[in-house]
Amino acid sequence: MDILKEISENLELGDFEKVSLLTKKAIEEKIPVEKILKFGLIGGMDIVGEKYKTHQIFLPDVLMSARAMHAGMDVLKPFFIREGMPNSGKVILGTIQGDLHDIGKNLVGIMLKGAGFEVIDLGTDVSPEKFIETAKKEAAYIIGMSALLTTTMPMMRKVVELLKKEGLEDKVKTIIGGAPVSKDFAQSIGADAYGYDSTDAVESVRKLFNQA
Amino acid sequence: MRKRFEISVEDIEPQMDEVLKTQGIPSDKSPPEKVKSLFQESKDIFLKYSEPVGIISDISVFEFETVYRGEGLNEKETPLDEILNKADNLVLFALTIGERVSEKIRELFKTNDFALGCMLDSVASAGTDKGGDVLEENFFNLLSKKGKVNLQKCILRFSPGYCGWHMSGQKKLFEFLNPEDIGINLTDGFLMIPLKSISGVIVFGDKEIFNFDDNYPFCSECTTHECKDRIRKLFRDLRPEKEKGGR
Repeated sequence: MDILKEISENLELGDFEKVSLLTKKAIEEKIPVEKILKFGLIGGMDIVGEKYKTHQIFLPDVLMSARAMHAGMDVLKPFFIREGMPNSGKVILGTIQGDLHDIGKNLVGIMLKGAGFEVIDLGTDVSPEKFIETAKKEAAYIIGMSALLTTTMPMMRKVVELLKKEGLEDKVKTIIGGAPVSKDFAQSIGADAYGYDSTDAVESVRKLFNQA
Repeated sequence: MRKRFEISVEDIEPQMDEVLKTQGIPSDKSPPEKVKSLFQESKDIFLKYSEPVGIISDISVFEFETVYRGEGLNEKETPLDEILNKADNLVLFALTIGERVSEKIRELFKTNDFALGCMLDSVASAGTDKGGDVLEENFFNLLSKKGKVNLQKCILRFSPGYCGWHMSGQKKLFEFLNPEDIGINLTDGFLMIPLKSISGVIVFGDKEIFNFDDNYPFCSECTTHECKDRIRKLFRDLRPEKEKGGR
């Protein structure tokens, strides 16, 4: 069997040890690392994402696959040291100020990485200023914000307003999500996108990059 | 009366179906073996690291009105507004399973064991909620010993952040209850630390006072409508089958 297909299939199964071994084997077989990343790992995660979307598999399966994806990426990383890991775009991610919940935000980060995006995770309790400062410093196109508490949702509006104030609304796009957050709320504060769950967030981020 | 309860972790052990539901696995689907073993592993960690402890403290309706008004940010009409004056007894409550489980969750995410970390988070949330049930039962038992309980009476709990009670209500609740005693602290954003903690009021009274509809304006934003299940449980006929009659 084609080794890239084998990597992809074992990634689907969530067998992180096998994915790690197969990735090493693919390198030994002189397969270009970009190809291993694109067709073995990201390709595998794309299938996983699709199966999740159509309810063929569930969240724990996706997360086991994500672990396998990371195991493969860890093997590839040293080969990308000079020019950095190729990525589909840079996303700044964080839980908004006042909120310390991070599971949802972490899941979005995992899925974004799985889809080949570079994720800069600022953690929890992130101030609006910190989001914008990091987006500018890292030249990131997207800021992703998460909130679990209704009391902290207004902080998301502040990020959108600050971007406008600094004239950055065309250079930096915003996506928001979290249990109390809705599409209507996203529209009402002027956010560019809304992610219902982690896979939906990946779709929305892809769309934002495609529109850029 | 203010009472502290050291709760046995076995008493708050969550069931697999309730946890898997929060992982998006419908109850009519049989979960794959690897998901079942993930649940089992999470549960073992939960049982090892949880340190559940809770408190309840009597509060009069008059005093509770001040707590409930909080920072003045509640919705205009709420179920508790209707229920309060008809209640027989109220207690404020708080419960935590401690910080060690949250630390374990963070550790699992750091080592890329996302599935186990996420499952443990769900198990811990369900377990914390079960702790609330245990406090309700303890309160009910205390009232029962005082001879206040009959078939028409029941209890239901409410928490800031739900059913129109604004999150900022935590501030006054903490001032009155002082759950710092059991290791729960409040952030400036009204968030409880450890994260796996719950607080609120337990209301005791006639069943009928709890029979409200989930058609308040804010109910449309609620994603769970759990109140319906909780109310339905109150109206379950608890008599043994043979005594119920009918078919």
